[in-house]
Amino acid sequence: MNDMTPPEMQATDLFSKFDPLIETRRSLLATGVTDPFSLVMEKVLSPTTAICSGRETILLGTYNYMGMTFDPDVIAAGKQALDDFGSGTTGSRVLNGTYAGHRAVEDALKEFYGMDHAMVFSTGYQANLGIISTIAGKGDYIVLDIDSHASIWDGCKMGDAEVVPFKHNDIEAMEKRLKRIPEGAGKLVVLEGVYSMLGDIAPLKEMIRIAKENGAMVLVDEAHSMGFIGPNGRGVAEDQGVLEDVDFVIGTFSKSVGTVGGFCVSNHPKFEIMRLVCRPYVFTASLPPSVVATAATSIRKLMHAGNKRAHLWENSRTLHGALTQLGFKLGTAEPQSAIIAVIMPDLERGAMMWEALLREGLYVNLARPPATPAGMTLLRCSLCAEHTAEQVGIITGMFERAGKAVGII
Amino acid sequence: MDRATIAARIAEVIEPFNKNGIAITEATSFAGDLEWDSLTVMDFVAAIEDEFDIIISMNQQAEIETYGQLIDAVTTLQG
Repeated sequence: MNDMTPPEMQATDLFSKFDPLIETRRSLLATGVTDPFSLVMEKVLSPTTAICSGRETILLGTYNYMGMTFDPDVIAAGKQALDDFGSGTTGSRVLNGTYAGHRAVEDALKEFYGMDHAMVFSTGYQANLGIISTIAGKGDYIVLDIDSHASIWDGCKMGDAEVVPFKHNDIEAMEKRLKRIPEGAGKLVVLEGVYSMLGDIAPLKEMIRIAKENGAMVLVDEAHSMGFIGPNGRGVAEDQGVLEDVDFVIGTFSKSVGTVGGFCVSNHPKFEIMRLVCRPYVFTASLPPSVVATAATSIRKLMHAGNKRAHLWENSRTLHGALTQLGFKLGTAEPQSAIIAVIMPDLERGAMMWEALLREGLYVNLARPPATPAGMTLLRCSLCAEHTAEQVGIITGMFERAGKAVGII
Repeated sequence: MDRATIAARIAEVIEPFNKNGIAITEATSFAGDLEWDSLTVMDFVAAIEDEFDIIISMNQQAEIETYGQLIDAVTTLQG
């Protein structure tokens, strides 16, 4: 047989672009640390504890802020929906995939936020992807914080608008860019209530005022604030008294609500047209009936969760104070959310600290670039309203021992 | 403002960012020759935007790889 392929036609391995990352990973694992990105939870005991590698572990790296995942009413609603509607819809929201439960969860969201319209997506990622790419089109401008979540960036990339980032939480930088946009162009300002890597909040009051003065529409992602920030748990915009100036609130069911799914709520009079033009809404299967049933039940319970909110804040303040006292470097000087980011000197010691904590029986998130700003390695702790005061004390002790063992404090 | 004036002003803005003191020509590439990471690029773009009171969107940035292309882009954006 005669091989006719000349040598210069040899195929380029499309995976060669991942070589630097493969090497980083190989050299990290060669130090002997447990792979921080392949942990398995063998059994989940409660919103705050699980069995990992055969050992009972306190969970301090979930987004289960309000501890709704094991709420008896939520579980019962899910089981009932499985019995009544089956395991899945097998279809798009605009075809056969809208069941009574999808409408019911959208009604719950409208009530929760006091807004006219709610649209539920299959994930929070798709909510940002869909809304941003659809509303900002060719010739429009998106002005966004440089530390925005990947789903926001991907929404920008998928659409045809001009994308203009500004320095994180820098009001003046945002204003300058807004003022330079050519007259007559459509403008969308995209902000987040809580930035999930450092757990810091945005100065939404000033930013939204300036956005409005410059004729921009405003989208705020409140994924990490829903349920516990603001008088009714509607988020940072509510807390700062500017929710009614927000055109689109993006949120998720996979954090405080305790299941999976994403949404957008809005008072825009033409909002319902989005159901026909937003491709990540149309061209995917809708959420399973059990998921929307658990979400609706959870959202309605979150409307009356004042005590849980107060306890979550107490947990956040206690842990933030204790870690500061121990000498850890944190992402914010004051606790601003349920996220406390502990800044690690580098990836290697971050992974060592992560593993030392896991051996103590504590799970936190190890976060590294590109997810993190400024190339930082972070141990991200997120508190839950179901963490007891005693658990927060135990967690502090674990951090102290692990930090000293690794030589970070 | 003509191209030469713009080039002179960009040369001033770029100086504090050129930490390795690379000799810059019109063909110098930002990612390749200057080895800037994304954060440095962001700060530099912001400095250029403020200097000329313009917007260089990310879409436009994607087309600018060399120093010469930047001068051209700013010249065009200045109108």
